Amino acid sequence: MRYSGLRVVVEALTGHRGWKPVWRDPAPQSHYDFVIVGGGGHGLATAYYLAKEFGKSRIAVLEKGYLGGGNVGRNTTIIRSNYLLDGNEPFYEFSLKLWEGLEQDFNYNAMVSQRGIINLIHTDAQRDAFTRRGNAMIMNGADAELLDREQVRAMYPWLNFDNARFPIKGALMQRRGGTVRHDAVAWGYARGADMRGVDLIQNCEVTGMRIENGRIVGVETTRGFIGAGKVGVAVAGSSSKVMAHAGMRLPIESHVLQAFVSEGLKPFIDGVMTFGAGHFYVSQSDKGGLVFGGDIDGYNSYAQRGNLPVIEDVAEGGMALMPAIGRARLLRTWGGIMDMSMDGSPIIDRTPVDGLYFNGGWCYGGFKATPASGWCFAHLLARDEPHVTARAYRFDRFLKGLMIDEKGQGATPNLH
Amino acid sequence: MIIHHPILGPRDSQEFVYLGDASLMNRPDGLTAGIEAFHDYLYNRDNPAGEHRELWYHEQGDRSWLVVTRNTVTHEIVRVELARDVAKAAGRTK
Ligand SMILES: Cc1cc2nc3c(=O)[nH]c(=O)nc-3n(C[C@H](O)[C@H](O)[C@H](O)COP(=O)(O)OP(=O)(O)OC[C@H]3O[C@@H](n4cnc5c(N)ncnc54)[C@H](O)[C@@H]3O)c2cc1C
Repeated sequence: MRYSGLRVVVEALTGHRGWKPVWRDPAPQSHYDFVIVGGGGHGLATAYYLAKEFGKSRIAVLEKGYLGGGNVGRNTTIIRSNYLLDGNEPFYEFSLKLWEGLEQDFNYNAMVSQRGIINLIHTDAQRDAFTRRGNAMIMNGADAELLDREQVRAMYPWLNFDNARFPIKGALMQRRGGTVRHDAVAWGYARGADMRGVDLIQNCEVTGMRIENGRIVGVETTRGFIGAGKVGVAVAGSSSKVMAHAGMRLPIESHVLQAFVSEGLKPFIDGVMTFGAGHFYVSQSDKGGLVFGGDIDGYNSYAQRGNLPVIEDVAEGGMALMPAIGRARLLRTWGGIMDMSMDGSPIIDRTPVDGLYFNGGWCYGGFKATPASGWCFAHLLARDEPHVTARAYRFDRFLKGLMIDEKGQGATPNLH
Repeated sequence: MIIHHPILGPRDSQEFVYLGDASLMNRPDGLTAGIEAFHDYLYNRDNPAGEHRELWYHEQGDRSWLVVTRNTVTHEIVRVELARDVAKAAGRTK
């Protein structure tokens, strides 16, 4: 069923009896040409683009829980393309362009809201660094503006401009950045893939891989063996666990990242704001809740929950930037498992096993990448060669010294 | 998380800096091991869900390195050793 304004009117007049479940619940078949492991944003987008853009069929997505129950449903929904390095910026700008056309493309309201993102500046050195970053963005076809202190004040007069440690001196702004309704991204891609014949198989955990003569022939699952021509793994925080079935050790550690939502407040933050120096970022949801977060907890974790010290740290960062929120109550906190790579950048690549492909290492920034990640992974699966914007996302960059270290931190995942 | 320091007793994990998998103690010789082995040491990890032996540095305490065995699924800490003792038990001089 295609969604449209007319459809809404017709349904309203006929008692809303025509709405149907938006995807099937098929039993797994014995063999597929393409098996995608992981029904998060990246896995669903991969299946969608494989069918739609690359004309492939006989595709399944295997999800151990329910669709969208992982990080795609746990993130703070920020999209942007404000990266510096050549390996990254063209990819993230490709993703932002896909976001701009996504709702028309998959005929689903994902509430893509280009409300703008600002990164606050506190020192001259930081302004130099952000100027350079803005120039890199513009050279790659993205938009960037440098705001001075008064321009930031005009947007958010109630910020603490005179914090003794981090006075606000300006900001780097990307107007095309913003937020997206995260669950709707998973649902939109799932529906679009299902409409094109992709089998979305839930409660189906991959527990092993069958590899014969160096080639993958299928996966063992909690719903039996499923044969496959090619297998693409996109399981985010579970990357090391799943790839261990193929005997691989990855340049990845799993860490927990927490997020927070306050009670609903009247609208007063109409964009996204990051206060990197204070380890804090924030936006306001359409329901009025402040959606905010900070750093990862900093130790290996598969717990999907964090600990209190980070909650305190994030609250302190928020109070330093915007004392006005001091009386707002925190409604909810939760955590997701991040696939932290060794240089902070992702991997979309073949593996030493023929027919087995890997997509992961997204750290805490993979939501914005969802459309491009799906597109580029589908490109790799369909054509066996990397998409032009994802050429740098190789496993062997660590061996060859070609790391994409946006932050210049080295092989220390808990510092990215 | 509370880390039971072998010398100082129960300490808040906030006093510590986390480094990662305790296998980082076993650095291969950069000149003889070869690039593949060193690459594996530096960048690849087991990253298990379950018991994980890991290095914590008591920065705001006695500045000792500890090997903490912790469950990454439950955050439960099951054993804490001085990294020095672990190294000596493995036959190293320090
Ligand atoms: C608190 C938080 C805030 C974040 N904020 C942002 C943000 O503002 N902007 C941004 O760009 N990014 C953000 N991120 C990061 C982003 O959410 C992730 O990088 C991205 O969602 C990961 O890709 P995914 O959607 O495919 O992952 P997931 O949704 O986690 O999908 C992976 C799926 O694989 C499944 N799976 C695992 N193992 C198996 C198995 N053995 N068999 C079958 N299925 C399996 C899981 O159940 C899961 O559904 C945030 C993350 C968190 C946790």
